[in-house]
Amino acid sequence: MSLPVLNIQDLSIHYQTEQGPLQALRDVNLQVPEGKIIGIIGESGCGKSTLISAIIRLLAPNARIGRGSVNFKGRDLLRLSRDHMRALRGDEISMVFQDPMTSLNPVLTIGRQMYDVQHRSAANRAEKTARSLQMLDRVGISDPATQLQRYPHHLSGGMRQRVAIAMALMAEPDLLIADEPTTALDATLEVQIIHRLKELQREFGCSILFISHHLSVIAELCDEVIVMYAGEVVESGSVRDVFIDPRHPYTQKLLECDPARIAQRTRELPVIEGSLPNLVDLPGGCIFRERCSHRLARCGEDRPDLSGNQHQAACHLLDAES
Amino acid sequence: MAKPRGTVYRTFSALKKDPLGMTGFVLVSIILLLTVLAPWLAPYDPLEVNVYNRLSSPSAEHWLGTDQLGRDVLSRVLFGGQVALKVSLVAISVSMAIGLILGMMAGFGPRWLDRILVISFDTVRSFPTIMFALAIVALTGPSLNTVIGVIIITSIPVYARVVRTQTQALRERDFILAERAMGASTSRILRDHVLPNIAAPLFILASMDVPAVVGMEAGLSFLGLGVSPPTPSWGSILNDGYSYLRNSPWPIIAGGLPLIAVTLGFTFFGESLRDIFDPKLRRKDQ
Repeated sequence: MSLPVLNIQDLSIHYQTEQGPLQALRDVNLQVPEGKIIGIIGESGCGKSTLISAIIRLLAPNARIGRGSVNFKGRDLLRLSRDHMRALRGDEISMVFQDPMTSLNPVLTIGRQMYDVQHRSAANRAEKTARSLQMLDRVGISDPATQLQRYPHHLSGGMRQRVAIAMALMAEPDLLIADEPTTALDATLEVQIIHRLKELQREFGCSILFISHHLSVIAELCDEVIVMYAGEVVESGSVRDVFIDPRHPYTQKLLECDPARIAQRTRELPVIEGSLPNLVDLPGGCIFRERCSHRLARCGEDRPDLSGNQHQAACHLLDAES
Repeated sequence: MAKPRGTVYRTFSALKKDPLGMTGFVLVSIILLLTVLAPWLAPYDPLEVNVYNRLSSPSAEHWLGTDQLGRDVLSRVLFGGQVALKVSLVAISVSMAIGLILGMMAGFGPRWLDRILVISFDTVRSFPTIMFALAIVALTGPSLNTVIGVIIITSIPVYARVVRTQTQALRERDFILAERAMGASTSRILRDHVLPNIAAPLFILASMDVPAVVGMEAGLSFLGLGVSPPTPSWGSILNDGYSYLRNSPWPIIAGGLPLIAVTLGFTFFGESLRDIFDPKLRRKDQ
């Protein structure tokens, strides 16, 4: 395996709240190898957004980085100066946002925004316009020349998201962070965007960090997957390993709850009992203990570490087996 | 999907559907035209004194009569418009520019800066304008520049507050975050993304502000704090006419009508623009 483009080590982040520090991320380890698509799954509030905000260093003002490092191509992003960090954004690291209806400026034409995004390039106006046209064409927008004259409200959600992807890939970044880019789209469009993203990834050779809570999207698109729960990585491995042989009880439950995998007709969809633990007042031991049906005595005492080589999971059951 | 048209074209076709807005637009155009063309349209020199023909009623020679020194009131009103126009143009553009910068600083900058700026805006606004003007004039003496200065100082907070709230609302929007994530600097975000979004409300505010500024200039000149005689201003025409109201009502009428026309014209026009640019109202007819 080649050197990872992004290597996050033991990252811990908390938010300062009136109730006390909210432990949003605890000892998160994550590698994004070159040219791979890594998916992150987890329910709302599991720290996905905090993680990507930490990577691009746009954390909320009350967020504090406890420890750890975010290594991007040999540089620790957490220790980079603000100007260096800004120079990386949109150039080597790019991002596609969740809601295409709000992530484009409503009062500027698509052309103007695509031109603006190339503000670092030394190319002249005609070359930049040509580049915009080329990028729109590559993300599958028909008649790009007309679209450049249009305003975001003239475009459908799917087209806007394509424009956002085109803008993100404009500078040919090494890492593209996609924050639930298909959640706001309907199912047909979702499939189209996913396929397009996969093609573009092959063409550009960039790595993608893809955040979603849609299991089938992750299964379709990603090479490797990381399962997060309440600010911790509970399982990671190749998509095949994790989806066929989930080791952590949380992943197992999550897969059981995926409507796409339920064969029988049913009136009631399965759910995972209980709710996320309070991150301000963390219980000791395993984070998933309260909702786990395989609870052991030691789960209440010590926190399980990730174990395994390629396919890792943090659960005491795995130690018991071996 | 219709071919996207320019903002000017869309604004104008929407304006045509709004009779009140159109009235305002026509009034504003007439006033601007008459004022700009005053040197060519005015039948007499506004300063030419003819004491043999004092306080005459309208006639074929003097359409709006003459004042207490026999000066042609129509010519004085036309030239008075130039003073009003100059004051509103200079005062509004300067206070809008400064208000824009301060408002953006308050809306986008750190919280302590916001607090300091808001407190200073409130401090300036807490003085009654006329009292403030009296104090400044007492220090510097009456002149047109003093009037402009007073209006600028008291108008900056009005613009700055609107810009501040608009900027604050925008800074939390996704596309601003997206711009940041794409490596845009704060100055680039403010210039290329915040400014185009607040330009429309700012110009509407400026349009609605014209009557207030013109009124303030007239008021200060009426009190003798503005232009020094014999320069004509709508306020000084009113003041001259006021002293001779028993002899002739014409100077008062001639000085007051343009003030009413400006107020109505710019208010109708501004309100119509606001309706056109308000996205909530616009979406209905699309």
